[in-house]
Amino acid sequence: METKVAAVSMKNVTKTFGSVVANEKVDLDIYKGEILALLGENGSGKTTLMNMLAGIYYPDEGQIFINGKEEVIKTPKDALNLGIGMVHQHFKLIDVLTATENIILGLEGKLNIKEASKKIEDICNKYGFEVDPKQKIYDMSVSQKQTVEIVKVLYRGADILILDEPTAVLTPQETEKLFRVLRKMRDDGKAIIIITHKMHEVESLSDRVAVLRDGRYIGSMTTKDTTVTEMTNMMVGHAVTLNIDRPDPVNPKPRIVVKDLSVRSEDGIQKLKNVSFTARSGEILGIAGISGCGQKELLEAIAGLQPVETGTIEYVEDNGHEEPLLGKDPLKIAEMGVSLSFVPEDRLGMGLVANMDLADNMMLRSFRKGRTPFTNRRPSKKLAESVVKELEVVTPGISTPVRRLSGGNVQKVLVGREIASAPTVLLTAYAVRGLDINSSYTIYDLLNEQKKKGVAVIFVGEDLDVMVELCDKIMVLCGGEVSGIVDARKTDKNEVGLMMTRVGGDEIHE
Amino acid sequence: MWNFLLAFIPRAIVQGVPLLYGSTGEIITQKSGNLNLGIPGVMYVGAISGVIGSFLYENSTANLNPMLAILIPMLCCLLGSLLMGLLYCFLTVTLRANQNVTGLAMTTFGVGFGNFFGGSLIKLVDSDVPSIALSATSSYFSKSLPFASKLGWFGKLFLSYGFLAYLAVAIALAASYFLNHTRKGLHLRAVGENPNTADAVGINVSRYKYVATCVGCMIAGLGGLYYVMDYACGVWSNDAFGDRGWLAIALVIFTIWRPNLSILASFLFGGLYIIYLYIPTGMDHMEYQELYKMIPYVVTLVVLVVTSVRSKRENQPPESLGVPYFREER
Repeated sequence: METKVAAVSMKNVTKTFGSVVANEKVDLDIYKGEILALLGENGSGKTTLMNMLAGIYYPDEGQIFINGKEEVIKTPKDALNLGIGMVHQHFKLIDVLTATENIILGLEGKLNIKEASKKIEDICNKYGFEVDPKQKIYDMSVSQKQTVEIVKVLYRGADILILDEPTAVLTPQETEKLFRVLRKMRDDGKAIIIITHKMHEVESLSDRVAVLRDGRYIGSMTTKDTTVTEMTNMMVGHAVTLNIDRPDPVNPKPRIVVKDLSVRSEDGIQKLKNVSFTARSGEILGIAGISGCGQKELLEAIAGLQPVETGTIEYVEDNGHEEPLLGKDPLKIAEMGVSLSFVPEDRLGMGLVANMDLADNMMLRSFRKGRTPFTNRRPSKKLAESVVKELEVVTPGISTPVRRLSGGNVQKVLVGREIASAPTVLLTAYAVRGLDINSSYTIYDLLNEQKKKGVAVIFVGEDLDVMVELCDKIMVLCGGEVSGIVDARKTDKNEVGLMMTRVGGDEIHE
Repeated sequence: MWNFLLAFIPRAIVQGVPLLYGSTGEIITQKSGNLNLGIPGVMYVGAISGVIGSFLYENSTANLNPMLAILIPMLCCLLGSLLMGLLYCFLTVTLRANQNVTGLAMTTFGVGFGNFFGGSLIKLVDSDVPSIALSATSSYFSKSLPFASKLGWFGKLFLSYGFLAYLAVAIALAASYFLNHTRKGLHLRAVGENPNTADAVGINVSRYKYVATCVGCMIAGLGGLYYVMDYACGVWSNDAFGDRGWLAIALVIFTIWRPNLSILASFLFGGLYIIYLYIPTGMDHMEYQELYKMIPYVVTLVVLVVTSVRSKRENQPPESLGVPYFREER
């Protein structure tokens, strides 16, 4: 490669939130024409660091050099003027506006939608995007929204591009498409920073990796010369093993039998159509699918939160007695041992109360057990302490409001609580969404432990590589229908990926 | 029937004009994500500020200059409502106080402010009736085109109003164009929908909220001024303005945040507001009148139900309405 120019150079950058140090004396260089993967555990300060480049946060200390010149980035506008554009993990788009309106938002000059649409089409053609300028954001799929975000950044002429976990919500095919575009942009001389937890993506996409741990810069290396184990060790700070075991199911018996389940949403849209499957004790049943294909509705139907149109759900006890779950209220179902730990897109939407502290959130599951009108805080405090310890939750203490924790830590609290209630059926959705590799493996171990105890685990996941390694069976949903149920030991992620986009997944072999 | 309409429609329109000012102002405010429930108070303050201005001017000179007689009350009115807007913004945007509480407090404050100064002025003139009349100033405000009365029904329906009525329509149309066809309007909508997003693309959220709310308050204040100077013929009496401010807020929902729709809707509401006067009830059943007075509010409730059921995304309130914005919130 020709001589590299440092597009961005951060020196001694420090940022604190109250007493929490998010970044401490970070030095980081990013060059033109390269893709840098920024790695680190949850709460290690990757997003904060990038937000300072993008002008969302302002550093307490330190300097930022852009193309060799010291710059002060006070606002997102300053960042954009310097050619820095960030695609956030949670898209910053306005639902009721069209793609074009979102893309030109914040720019100066006379409003000319037609001209803007033309320019958008030019950008799309150059890099191979597909965007309908007139489409409203709320009509778009996640991957389309992401495309709009990237075009928005390019439209402003950004040549330093930051992507925060761009693949967290994409199918393998969509991810591949995104990577093709990113490589094209790199070859175009742009500097690209990508934050991701998926190591195989780091390997396939990035030229260089930089590692943060506890808000500090640990080091960087060329991707070619390193291994997943080395990177993970740097992230965690000590050696870790990266194997998901898959113990063979012991004496699997049907636990949840779902037959011909159909669900319609309130607006009358068919969310599930004739879904039938059996979840067995001691097995992990993976549920794969593009987000919004009925995963949420399925879990909610089992947990008694979602009205069902037709079909049956039976809970099979150890002695073979069948008990219908439909028509029971969620509390009864939970008492039978069906536990739902759902991690929705905004993490705090379901299951945890953002303004309550860890101990009180633990109590949400157990407060009914008390006999007096007064609460007994001691057991929930103990539980909170043990969850913090076992899952290595990064928190100032158990009396911190959950809202203050970083996303991954919030998730650990939620999953930890659900597992602690000793369920017979564990429903998890996106349990590792946004979690770093180390925490993810902790969660996988926890699930495996439950499986060994004879719990029927239903695991709605996103990362197909993991699902293929972790689950015993994988059921693929496509548009609310069962696209197929495969043995996870005999399939690979491409087969599952294809099934996600088409029922059966076969037609694509032309 | 024709004669009835010819009498009724102009009355409905003059009733509707204060509502139109109020709702246009509130729509602009709400588009920035500020739910200003202080609008009724702002309209009171706008009205009394205008009254104070014109009272002082009328008493300072024997010969009124028509230009000054109009400009002084207007400027006083705009200044009074601007101060209310600044107060609201300082509390909700800068200090991030709860918008509902702030708005309600401002309504209480505004009404009290109006009644206090209104009462003081009434004491000053020492008149027999509990009101002050600024008929000279009012005559300038309610002046219609000289040839309007010669044009028969056309003149009566369209040309018989004071200039503030036409200004209200012009402002509503301008607001509509601004929101939908200019870059600043697009930015304002973005701020109300999702300030995080707006901020991330470099829009100054606080500035948009301040400007939109203050301009909104000034427009709403003119509604109060129109009420005293034109509709009420320059007569101020305490509490006469009534609950028109709340109707203006109801209109915002009724028109699903569209100022151009608000023109017709406010005239409709104006008509509904006074329809009880035109439905013969007889002296025995005065209680029916009270029922008729409820019509505008019932209509608003029905509209709320209808727009909630037909959940088209464009017809929903701005998404971050009522939520304070803080950039570094985690």
